[in-house]
Amino acid sequence: MRYERPTTLQAASQLLAKEKGSAYVLAGGTDLLVRLRTGFIEPDLIVDIKRIASTRTIAKTATGFKIGAAVSGAELGENAALKKAWPGVVEAANLIGSKQVQGRATMTGNLCNASPAADSVPALVAAAAKVVIAGPKGKRTIPVEQVPVGPGKTSLKKGEIIEAILLPKRPARSGDAYLRFIPRTEMDIAVVGVGVSLTLDAKGIVTAARVSLGAVAPTVLLVPAAAKAIIGTKLDAKALDALAAAASAACKPIDDKRGTKDYRIKVAGVLAKRAAKIAQQRAGGK
Amino acid sequence: MSSIKVSTTINGDPTEYVCEADETLLDVLRNRLGLTGAKEGCSTGDCGACSVTIDGRLTCSCLVLGAEMDGAEIGTIEGMASGEKLHPLQKKFIEHAALQCGICTPGFLIAAKSLLDHNPKPTETEVRFALAGNLCRCTGYDKIVRAVMDTAAEMRRA
Amino acid sequence: MPLDNAESSTRKYKVVGTRPNRPDGVDKVTGRARFGADAVAPGQLVGLILRSPHPHAKIKGIDASKALKLAGVKAVVTSADLPDKTDGDAMLYDVLVNVMAREKALYQGHAVAAVAATSASIARQALKLIKVDYEILPHVTDVDEAMKPNAPLLYPKMITDGMDPKPKKPSNVVRRYEFGHGDVEAGFKKAEIIVERSFKTEATHQGYIEPHACLANVGPDGQGELWVCTQGHFMVRDTCARLLGMDFSKLRVTASEIGGGFGGKTTVFIEPIALALSRKANRPVKVVMSREEVFKATGPTSSSSIDVKIGATKDGRIVAGDATLRYQGGAFAGSPVEFGAMTAFAQYDLDNVRAVGFDVVCNRPKQAAYRAPGAPMANFAVESVIEELAHKVGMEPIDFRIKNAAREGTHSSYGPVYGPIGLLPTLQKAREHPHFKAPLGKNQGRGMACGFWFNFGGQSCVSMNIGVDGTVGVTVGSPDIGGSRASMCLMTAEELGIPYDKVRAVVADTGTLGYNDVTDGSRTTFATGMACIMAARDAIKKLCARAAQIWGIPEDAVVWENGHAKPAGSNAGNFPPMSLKEIAAQAPSTGGPIAGHHEFSADGAGVSFATHICDSEVDPETGFTKILRYTVLQDAGKAVHPSYVEGQFQGGAVQGIGWALNEEYIYGKDGRLQNAGFLDYRIPVCSDLPMIDTVILEIPNPGHPYGVRGVGETSIVPPLAAVANSVSAAVGVRMTELPISPPKLLAALEKQSAMKKAAE
Repeated sequence: MRYERPTTLQAASQLLAKEKGSAYVLAGGTDLLVRLRTGFIEPDLIVDIKRIASTRTIAKTATGFKIGAAVSGAELGENAALKKAWPGVVEAANLIGSKQVQGRATMTGNLCNASPAADSVPALVAAAAKVVIAGPKGKRTIPVEQVPVGPGKTSLKKGEIIEAILLPKRPARSGDAYLRFIPRTEMDIAVVGVGVSLTLDAKGIVTAARVSLGAVAPTVLLVPAAAKAIIGTKLDAKALDALAAAASAACKPIDDKRGTKDYRIKVAGVLAKRAAKIAQQRAGGK
Repeated sequence: MSSIKVSTTINGDPTEYVCEADETLLDVLRNRLGLTGAKEGCSTGDCGACSVTIDGRLTCSCLVLGAEMDGAEIGTIEGMASGEKLHPLQKKFIEHAALQCGICTPGFLIAAKSLLDHNPKPTETEVRFALAGNLCRCTGYDKIVRAVMDTAAEMRRA
Repeated sequence: MPLDNAESSTRKYKVVGTRPNRPDGVDKVTGRARFGADAVAPGQLVGLILRSPHPHAKIKGIDASKALKLAGVKAVVTSADLPDKTDGDAMLYDVLVNVMAREKALYQGHAVAAVAATSASIARQALKLIKVDYEILPHVTDVDEAMKPNAPLLYPKMITDGMDPKPKKPSNVVRRYEFGHGDVEAGFKKAEIIVERSFKTEATHQGYIEPHACLANVGPDGQGELWVCTQGHFMVRDTCARLLGMDFSKLRVTASEIGGGFGGKTTVFIEPIALALSRKANRPVKVVMSREEVFKATGPTSSSSIDVKIGATKDGRIVAGDATLRYQGGAFAGSPVEFGAMTAFAQYDLDNVRAVGFDVVCNRPKQAAYRAPGAPMANFAVESVIEELAHKVGMEPIDFRIKNAAREGTHSSYGPVYGPIGLLPTLQKAREHPHFKAPLGKNQGRGMACGFWFNFGGQSCVSMNIGVDGTVGVTVGSPDIGGSRASMCLMTAEELGIPYDKVRAVVADTGTLGYNDVTDGSRTTFATGMACIMAARDAIKKLCARAAQIWGIPEDAVVWENGHAKPAGSNAGNFPPMSLKEIAAQAPSTGGPIAGHHEFSADGAGVSFATHICDSEVDPETGFTKILRYTVLQDAGKAVHPSYVEGQFQGGAVQGIGWALNEEYIYGKDGRLQNAGFLDYRIPVCSDLPMIDTVILEIPNPGHPYGVRGVGETSIVPPLAAVANSVSAAVGVRMTELPISPPKLLAALEKQSAMKKAAE
C-alpha cells in the first residue's frame, strides 16, 4: 500500500487515474480506516486530499456555500453563517459518530461511502445540494443524489474526486431539519433518517419543499410525493398525516440487525412529521 | 511496503518517526514511540480509548494514519500533567473514584479536557453528550460526569 | 477459625469506611499503568489466530505449508501441537477444545490455527495462506430450537444427565437441575390468583473495554513467563501448565493491570496458544485480540428461555412458585442455568417452590461468567411475574414484596437457611426514598425489582512486610479489577492502627505468593480482605513479641491498641506504648524482619440483596426508551471504601440497563454473528443515562471480622426486571423478551392497539 499526499486536484486525479490496483481517496478517514483495519478493503494506493487547499475551506459565494471535501464536521459546526442558513445540514453532519469522529469526518466522505444510512446525505438531498467533481477530463457538477448508486457504490469514474459540496442560497422564510432514529442517544447508525427543507410564504403556507429519506432503500431517496403533500399547506394535521403516509409509502426497506421493515416504514412517517415541524419553525412559521 | 518518514510534535516535543503506510497513529504511538497511554479498545472509532488531540482537535488515533501526521501537533495523555503537577481533571478523577479498571480513563481525560477547553461551564447534558464517544463499562458514567462537572467548577473558581 | 463476630456491629472504624485516593490512581490517570497489551519483550513476535468462518464444521485437514514458507513466519500451531494431557478431566478437556478446535469447529470464530511472525502484516498474510478443509455441518444457535427432537446435534452421543429415567436418545441437553422444597402442586391448589408467563433473553457480552492480551515467553528448558490481563493469574498458570505439560513452578504468570473483566477473564482463550507459539518459535510472542475476536470467540453469557408460574392468595401471600429455565451456554457444557435455578426465587420466603434448569449446547462461543452468572435472566422472569401478580392481587408491588420477602430464618429456595440478611431493609429504605414518591408524567412508568447473589469466599494468600520505617507492604494475589488494592490497604491500616497512606498493596506474580483463586464471585474484598486482616493480626503478634523482648516482659503481657504495643496492665510493667514505627525501627537488632502471613480458604461469604427502582419514558411513536431515574439500594455488609462500593452498584445497574434495552448477540440464519463490534453491540453510552443514585445499607455479615459482604455482582441482578417493569408500566404492555429494543417495543404497542380496536 502506498500513501500519497498531493497538493493539487490535478495531481490527485492523476494518481488515482494511473493506479492499476485499488485506489481510495482519504479525507477524514473515519470510514476508510475502519474498512482498512477490518480487512474489508486492501488498497494499493491511498490519496490524501487534505493538502489540497480548496478542499479545506468553507466559502460563502454569490450562489450559496461551497464546502471543501475535507472540511470536518467540527469545522462545519463552528461556521456560524452556514449553521444559520442550513441548520439541518450542519445538524445532520454533526450527528455522525462521536466528538472524536467529528474532528475528522467529512460530509463528502459520508456521501462517497455511499451508505444508505449516511446521516448527512438526506439533509443534503433535501437541501438540493450539488457536488463539484474534478477528474481527468475537467470539472463537472451534479446533484448529490446522483452520487451514490447503491450500497457502497458511487457514480464517480476512475480518477474523479469530489472537490466540494455546493449548498444553494436560501430564499427568505426557509428552514431545514434532519432527524434520525437510533436505539441509543449517540454512536449509532441511523435506522431511519429524514431530511426536510421548505420555504414558506408570508402567510405561512409552504411554497416549496424537498423531503428525503435515509436507511429505507439501497440509496437515500428524494420523495417528491412527500413534498407534494405539504406544499400549499400550513402543515396542519391533515397535511402532516399525508406527509407521513407519503414518506412511509416511499420506503423500500429491509429487515436487518438495526431494524425491521415494518419499523422503518412506520418511523419514517413519524420522523417526517417531526422534521417538517422543526423546518417550519426554523423558517419562521408556527 | 515502503516506510514513510514523519516529522511531528507530540506533547510539545519535536518527534520524528518512520511508519508503514497502513499503520494508524495509534499503532505508531504504542508500538514505535512507546506511548501506550492511548489504548486500543475497538480500532473502529467506537470506544474512544485511543483519544488524542491533533492540532487541538479531539480525535480517535485509531482512525488516523501515522503517515498523515507530518507537521501535526499531537496531544496524548502522557502530556496532560505538567511535570509533577496533575491536571485538575486527573486529580478529580482520582478523588471522585471516576475510574475502576482504568482502561478508558486516558481517553475520557483527553475528551473531557477538550470539552472544558471549549466550554468551561458545561451542563450535565453537555458533559454526557461530549463524552458519548468514550465507552466505560465499569462506572455507569456517574462518577465520571461528577468529576468533570466538579473540575469545571473548580477551574472556574481558580 | 473463630472470628470475633460481635465486633463488627459495635466497632468504631478509623480508616475503613473512609474514601481515600486509590494507590494506583496516578498511574491510571497519566497513562503509565501497564495493561495486557502494553508489555514489550526483546525480539517479540506477533501472534495471530485463524478462526472458523463456519458455525459448525468438520475439520478434515489443515495445510500450513505455504504459511510456513513465508519469510518472517516463525511458528504455526494447530491442535496437533496441543496433545490431550487433560487426563480425563472433562472440564479441562473442554477448555482445551475451546482454545483450539480439534475434529470440529463448533462455532463461528472457533480458533483452528495460529501463527507467530515478525510483524503484524506478515502474520496477517500468513493466516491467509493456511488452508483449512471444512465439511460444513448443520448448525443451531437458539436454545429452544436446540432442544427440539430434530435439532442438529453438537455431540451425537450426548445423553442428558440428571434425568430419571435416563433418556435413550442423544440431545443437545447436557444436564437437568432441580432446586426447591415443599409441594408445588399442592401450593397452586391453594392459590386464588396465578400468573404464568414465558420469557426470553438474548446473550450479552461483558463488554470490557480491554481486549484479551498476553505476552508469552517460553524457553527450550521448559521454563516460561506469561504477562496477561486476567482475573486470576494462578488459574491461568495452572490451566496453561496442565494443557501444555509444564510444571506449575516453572511458569511464572504476572497479572497486568486489567481493563475490565466482569467474569469474562476467568478462563483462558489465547494464553495457551501464545505459550505454544512461543515454545515452538523459541521467542517471546504477543497475542492481542481484536474487538471482533472478543465478541466472536470469548465468553458471552447465555441466552435463555424461561417459564414462570407463581400463585398467591387474595391477601397477598405467595403459596407456590415454579420455574423452568433453559440456558444455552455455547458449544460446551456449563451454562450457568444451575445458578439461575438456585437464585430465581431466592428473594422470597416460600413454602412451596421449584426451579428446574436445563443446560443446553448450541453453535455459539462457550459462555463465560458474567457478573452474577445466570441470575439476571432468572430474576427478570420471576420479578416480572411478581410485579404482575402484585397488581392482580391489588397490592403495591413493594408491599407485596415486603410481605413475601426472605428474612433471617427463611428456608431459601436453593437450600440453606438464611442468617441475618438485608433484603427487608433495602425494601423499607426504598419505600421511604424520595425516588419512590416522585411524580411521573405522560408515557412514564416506574418499575422495581429485588435481586440476590450468593457471593463467594475461596482461597487467598497474603503476605505483609513491615519496613523499618514503619510502612507496610501488602502482597496479594488477587488481580485488582475495580480498586481492591485501596480496600486491602484500608483493612490493613485499620487492623494495624496506622494511617492509610503508610500501607501499599501490590498484586504479586505466581512465583512470589501462594495460590489465590480468581477474582470472581465478589470474593476479593471479602476473602482476600479477610486474609489481609488475619495477616495483620499475625504481624501484630510478632510486633507485640518484639515489644515484650525490648521491655523484657512476657509476650502475653503485651497488647496492641491504636497502632501501639503496650503492657497489658500495670502489673505487666510500666512502659510507655511503642508505636509500630518504633518497634519496626528496632527490627534488625530484635530478630530481623517482621512480616505477617495468612493463607486460607474463606467460608462465610454473606449473601447479598438489592432493591432497584427505575423510571423510564417511552416514545410511543418510535418505541424509544429513556431511563429517567434509577436508584440502587443494596446491602454491603460493611462498605470498606464507599466510593468503590457505589461504583460497583452503579456499574452493575448500567450493565443491566444495557442488557434490558439494547444489548444482544444477533445471529443470522447462517449462524454467524452480525454485530461483532461496539457499533452494533450497543452498550450504554454516557448520554443514555441519568445519574445512578445509590443507598448503601450495612447489615454485617457474621462471617467477616468487619461484616463485609461482596458487592460486585448483586447489582446486575435486578435491573433487567426493574427496567422491564418500568417500561411495562409506562406503556401498559408487558414485555417478556429482552432486549426491549425499539422495533420490538413498537411492534408490541401496535399489537396492543390493534387488539384494543378489535375489542371495540
